[in-house]
Amino acid sequence: MVTADMLDDTPPLRPRKPYLLRRKALRHILPWMVIIGIFVIWEIVVRVFEIEQFVLPAPSAIFASGWEWREPILVNAWQTFMTTVIGFLLAVIVGLLAGIAVGSSSLMYDSFYPALIGFNSIPKVAVVPILVIWFGVGTIPAIITAFLIAFFPILVNVAVGIATVEPELQDVLRALGASRWQVIRKVGLPRSMPYFFASLKVAITFAFVGTIVAETVAANKGIGNLMLVASSRFEVPLAFAGLLVTSVMGIAMYLVCAAAERRMTGWAMRGADAPQAAQG
Amino acid sequence: MKFVDLDRVSLRYGEDADGTLALHGATLRVATGEFVAVVGPSGCGKSTLMKVVTGLWPPTAGAVIVSGRKVTGPLSIAGMAFQNPTLLPWRTTLANVMLPLEIVQPHCSRLRREWAAYLAKARDLLALVGLKGFEDHFPWQLSGGMQQRASLCRALIHDPSLLMLDEPFASLDMFTREELWLALQDLWLAREPTVILVTHDLREAVFLADRVLVMSARPGRIIAEREVTLPRPRNLDGTYEPYSVALVHELREHISAARSTAA
Repeated sequence: MVTADMLDDTPPLRPRKPYLLRRKALRHILPWMVIIGIFVIWEIVVRVFEIEQFVLPAPSAIFASGWEWREPILVNAWQTFMTTVIGFLLAVIVGLLAGIAVGSSSLMYDSFYPALIGFNSIPKVAVVPILVIWFGVGTIPAIITAFLIAFFPILVNVAVGIATVEPELQDVLRALGASRWQVIRKVGLPRSMPYFFASLKVAITFAFVGTIVAETVAANKGIGNLMLVASSRFEVPLAFAGLLVTSVMGIAMYLVCAAAERRMTGWAMRGADAPQAAQG
Repeated sequence: MKFVDLDRVSLRYGEDADGTLALHGATLRVATGEFVAVVGPSGCGKSTLMKVVTGLWPPTAGAVIVSGRKVTGPLSIAGMAFQNPTLLPWRTTLANVMLPLEIVQPHCSRLRREWAAYLAKARDLLALVGLKGFEDHFPWQLSGGMQQRASLCRALIHDPSLLMLDEPFASLDMFTREELWLALQDLWLAREPTVILVTHDLREAVFLADRVLVMSARPGRIIAEREVTLPRPRNLDGTYEPYSVALVHELREHISAARSTAA
């Protein structure tokens, strides 16, 4: 039998692995390796099969073209970025408020949901010409398209998060005499926050899609317009450079949303590195 | 003095005749400061009874009177704890326990001004159930038994005059359960709220309650009641003494009888 005083004072620590083999380090490096890997394979495929540049340009040609046209790319990227961010922020505000309204009562949920599904089934590209009739060619149709495409996932997620609060949790609060609004504020909203932030990550990428689609159809500025002009001039590497810049912006905004998510809803993501205390 | 008074209460879920009739003619009286346990076969409407008493569900027929007033909506004087601890995962243990203070008057409006006093009170309560040092842990960092203790503290923090416990210890192991019986007895002796405890566990009912009520199978009503005259504070060994054992046996027979009439 082993008694407590036969043991060492402190339980042994797990030996640390060298930096590059540690899980955390690996997690930071792997995404970069995947991206570089894609470019390398792409470059090899283009060179080996001698694919024409106007069909599929090699990454080297795309980067060269991107550097050559850096000024118009930056100007147009900034335009696209601002359009997307404004549309996205509108979507966040409207989606959050409408989500609370729809999720807070099952009557609202049941009445509005079919209409919302119907609305979301409309391809937003089809709406752009109508927006052009209303607002003319320019930034506003692009903002509205980004907004229209991005607000739905936010609304649905917030509504679901609030509508699916455990009945027992509601009972605890209602038995204390809490009003409906108090139940939403104390339980529904915090509970829907992980859903909300998860939806932001989807919504921001959607917003970029909306902006670029609208810019391609009806704008004289922005990455969408730049790509349209580039491909009409058979400057295919430049069109691809536009795509690349868009994905970089998409990733950047995604990371911003993901960081906000981690900060605000860390409680919902108890990963392996969270301190695990007291079992028993 | 009667604190809770249910007179021939019936409750049918849904609005048409084929809705489940959960309670039928349930009559129940609980005195102020009394500790009552309700036992019965599973699905007999015990949880429904809790919801009717706290005003979460209006009865289909009959009258519910709590603290001299007819119950028409959710009471604000009740503390509740369930089988599932239902702690909010985004709040620390301490913040979870203090949740009722943010809702119930007069605490709600005093909370900010007398923050330190309330904080001390919550810490004391947690210490009383053996959760000292875990105030800043999140619920998922606690074991099931510790979560349930925190849930009890949350039910008690606003000094409710009525404490409704719906099988609060059912999902715990025997040792933790017995420990919490003692903790609950201490809390009750210290504050003397009126307690209605719904449970499957007859030993638990006999150990904790002043009076044990037996419910019939669905539709539920009270078919038997037994006083438990053991002196307080009771200890766990007492539950194995002849008096308690005989009482448990007798209650068991009532429940078997209720089950066989249902089948």
